Amino acid sequence: MRIQLSATKVHNDFIRKVEDMSGQDLLKCYQCGECSAGCPAAFAMDILPNQVIRLLQLGEHEAVLKSKTIWLCAACQQCYTRCPKGVDLSRIMEAVRDLLMLEHGDRIVIEKLPAETLAEFPQQAFISGFRKYTA
Amino acid sequence: MKRIGVFICHCGINIAGTVDVKRVAEALKDYPGVVLATDYMYMCSDPGQSLIRQSIKEQNLEGVVVAACSPAMHEVTFRKASAQAGLNPYQTEIANIREQVSWVHQDDKEAATRKAIEHIKTIVEKVKYNESLIPLSLSLVKKALVIGGGIAGLQAAIDIATAGYPVVLVERSDRLGGHVGQLSGVYVNFNAARDLLQSKLQAVQANPRIQVFLETEVEELGGYVGNFTAKLKHRGSDGSEPTFSEHTFGAVIVATGHSLRPLSKFGEYGGGRYPDIIDALTFERMLAPDGPTGGEIRRPSDGQVPRQVVFVQCAGSRDPEHHMPYCSKICCMYTAKQAALYRQRVPDGQAYVFYIDIRSQGRDYEEFVQSAMTQHDVLYVRGKVARLYEEDGKVIAWGADTLTGKPVEVQADLAVLATAVMPAEGAVELAQKLRIATDEHGFFSEAHPKLRPVESLTAGIFLAGTAQAPKDIPETVAQASAAAAKVLSLFSQRELVAEPTIAYVDEELCSGCGLCIPACPYQARTMHPWKHKAIVNEALCQGCGACVVACPNKACKLRNLTPSHVLAMMDAYLAEV
Repeated sequence: MRIQLSATKVHNDFIRKVEDMSGQDLLKCYQCGECSAGCPAAFAMDILPNQVIRLLQLGEHEAVLKSKTIWLCAACQQCYTRCPKGVDLSRIMEAVRDLLMLEHGDRIVIEKLPAETLAEFPQQAFISGFRKYTA
Repeated sequence: MKRIGVFICHCGINIAGTVDVKRVAEALKDYPGVVLATDYMYMCSDPGQSLIRQSIKEQNLEGVVVAACSPAMHEVTFRKASAQAGLNPYQTEIANIREQVSWVHQDDKEAATRKAIEHIKTIVEKVKYNESLIPLSLSLVKKALVIGGGIAGLQAAIDIATAGYPVVLVERSDRLGGHVGQLSGVYVNFNAARDLLQSKLQAVQANPRIQVFLETEVEELGGYVGNFTAKLKHRGSDGSEPTFSEHTFGAVIVATGHSLRPLSKFGEYGGGRYPDIIDALTFERMLAPDGPTGGEIRRPSDGQVPRQVVFVQCAGSRDPEHHMPYCSKICCMYTAKQAALYRQRVPDGQAYVFYIDIRSQGRDYEEFVQSAMTQHDVLYVRGKVARLYEEDGKVIAWGADTLTGKPVEVQADLAVLATAVMPAEGAVELAQKLRIATDEHGFFSEAHPKLRPVESLTAGIFLAGTAQAPKDIPETVAQASAAAAKVLSLFSQRELVAEPTIAYVDEELCSGCGLCIPACPYQARTMHPWKHKAIVNEALCQGCGACVVACPNKACKLRNLTPSHVLAMMDAYLAEV
């Protein structure tokens, strides 16, 4: 399927939100591929980390949302450490996950959980650290 | 008999690794005429040259043979060393036992050694017959011709005239400035091209030593370095007959610029049929304040401001199958500039640049391209556009994003092609008139790609700007100044010195048949007006020997390569070792 590029598509709301939430300029990336080259999880990914940014640059976020890659990213920041342009890809991955989760809403309603269960819960910050694996 | 010294160079292991240099020295020691035969690690080194100088003095040598590398490499070195010891430099000859012996016979050391011995003996025989010669002095006209009034020609003319020498600047169109005069702002700072050019034009106009001829072309160029004669053709105004003028010059700078691959050559991009598929120079005129739209970006078909613009790089470049195989070098940079300027003037517009690779070599160039992507939001797509066509008032671009591996399509309002830089129209014909070489595309060839990049192979003719190869403004200006510096170093001499090892005519033997005149490839032969004997123009003669072969009376000879020389050399070669 041929991708239809247009001004509205490459600057769509989703892309804008990703940039806002991650604080990253997607167009800074010049697609050298060093993020993919160093990523310890790349072997298991369906699209490479650099392709996540590339698809967002083209306004093709649907393809990113469907990918396993955003969930396999462990936010180890190897990519950011090595990026010659200082793009923090893990933040972009996080923004995409957050947007997806906001779209789907929380699956757990805290109020409905029994008090004794709640008492055994760890701190929220700890939960948040694992949250991306549960959405 | 002449007292001759033979000096055998090891050239490290280049020669000594194959040729048994000790055996060669031993074999030459007792050869008739040889009073000294010795070897040394590097004859061209300071101690090597001292050995030659010292031996000349101590042994009263009257001839020297250096068995070493090609004379193209070190003939000058060893002749100079001989001269320093008081020996006429033309009594020193090279026997090339590296390129012609050791390098080509590495697998047979015995044969290489024997060949080296034979080879040196022939040169010893030659030296026996060598005359002491004095270099020729030629007069020098200290006035330059600059062909082409673009930025290269302007710069070269300014530099030469500022140094105090008169310049004639010829331009075939009706205005100076060339392509730079057609540009809007230049990368990497968006400075107005007009202002850059204006400073050069003012310098030319203010300099009384520069004479400008517009609508003028070089009709003929004769003569040689220091003494060129040029016939200039001045186009008549209003269709009247052209007029001609004749001038003499000491040097010529060729700065005739380039042309662009026409849109008609790109069938896949509409072949020039669609008004909204234009080349980058047309877009440049659109961006220029003095252009047809007064600097407003409006598409040609309906005058609307284009909301989406597709830029296609490498249109006709890097395409050996259909177009030009080379990189046009300037397109990556000006495309980034044009896309950025478009985004500045149409803030809500979207620019796409389709590219194969981005080549941004130069100070601040890479940063400039990246600023087009980040600051000006230009979307770069890696992949060459396969097809452009118009449909319902849109220009449809079919490309691919090779980074994601997906084909893409853009429905644009305007497409701008970065068409290949080509030689200027008539470049090959001009090269023939000037007797300079061109490459397979028609760009003028430099004498050496690394070490003589601004000289042509014809002495006294220099190259500047895109006439030689695609290059941008700073490179063009640098080359123009370099060519001017070459002219000035020529003009700083009182007279020209030339090699005396050229042809001469024995008037006693010459019958005036004239066969040598058409045989000469350098137009160095004429007939004496009343003696009716062939004469040699010493400045033009390159000593090739074609006249010697053509002459039925053996009246033509080359200095230090007469029949006596050659026959003695043959005898030495054919003798039993």
